[in-house]
Amino acid sequence: MTTSSPRIRRRALLTGLALAAPLAWAQPTLASAWHNIDVAGYVPALSFDMTDATTGKPVTAEDFRGKLVLMYLGYTQCPDVCPLTLQHVAEALQRLGKDAADVRLLFVTVDPDRDTLPVLKQYTAAFSPDFVGLRGDADQIARVARRYRLAYSVTPATKAHPYEVTHSSAIYVFGRDGSPKLLIASLATTSPDIAGTTDDLRRLLHAPKPGLLARLSAMF
Amino acid sequence: MFASACASAAPPVTVSQPWFRYVVAQVPAGGYMTLRNAGSDPAVLTGASSPACGMLMLHRSETKGGADRMAPVKSVAVPPGGALSFAPGGYHLMCMQPRMKPGQSVDVTLTFQGGQTISAAFPVFGPAGKPSEK
Repeated sequence: MTTSSPRIRRRALLTGLALAAPLAWAQPTLASAWHNIDVAGYVPALSFDMTDATTGKPVTAEDFRGKLVLMYLGYTQCPDVCPLTLQHVAEALQRLGKDAADVRLLFVTVDPDRDTLPVLKQYTAAFSPDFVGLRGDADQIARVARRYRLAYSVTPATKAHPYEVTHSSAIYVFGRDGSPKLLIASLATTSPDIAGTTDDLRRLLHAPKPGLLARLSAMF
Repeated sequence: MFASACASAAPPVTVSQPWFRYVVAQVPAGGYMTLRNAGSDPAVLTGASSPACGMLMLHRSETKGGADRMAPVKSVAVPPGGALSFAPGGYHLMCMQPRMKPGQSVDVTLTFQGGQTISAAFPVFGPAGKPSEK
């Protein structure tokens, strides 16, 4: 663990929420359109290269095309905020009913030293069958965090300091084509907007496929 | 759901609404409660233990600048005549190596400054948590 710890200690420049504030301000006319924060055009498309804990196999963002993807960085040894957040997402998916089959929550562990694939698999399954644990090496995790400006740090225990993990509380939502859609901030808090988030997810799920209008108009 | 007094020197503190959120055996369970101090001096909680936990620690979650962090807490004071809540997103008991199952109830002993203790039975809930907490 001592050899890997310096590589694991990384911090992104901005956290998701720090990013969110100016975005919300920049779009006053559209703010009422979504319950969460519209990040379309502000965040890169979904891209990662990790191991899927439910199958034990390598996965990339391509494997989730066609699904609405929620991405959250966390760690299983977190007994308070992570379960609270995941439970709020699970409740939103329950409210979606059958539509939830087209949604996946990707729980990306920032603490791969302790979060083995079997632990991740059991952990996500305890919340929802639609949750997928993703594990990567230090570089794979850092790439995702940097790409989405999500902060995290892992500080292994020393005599003077306990093992400590910090992570951004934001959840990003990507469309069926992997394009960035929303930033959800409230589900990591004790006043979650579960109904509003369910509305947003349903709206994204039933959005017309990109290019459909263009293809229709081309027929006439 | 009130605490049972333990020994003659029990502090004037009661435990209400205790519960654990248990997810899986490999990850810590989170414990919550409200402490009320009927005494005229602060009651300082310094530790907790349970036969259902490998180790039970006082922790606090904090959100700063959109990042969540969690840190151990050495002690927490319950003000005289006041209350202190251990609730999701704030103070919580962190139960390492939990040996419990949803539907069960597990004993927790709280230790206060001066060595006084009180015990309470904590009902165990699953990942969805305690229904009334939502």
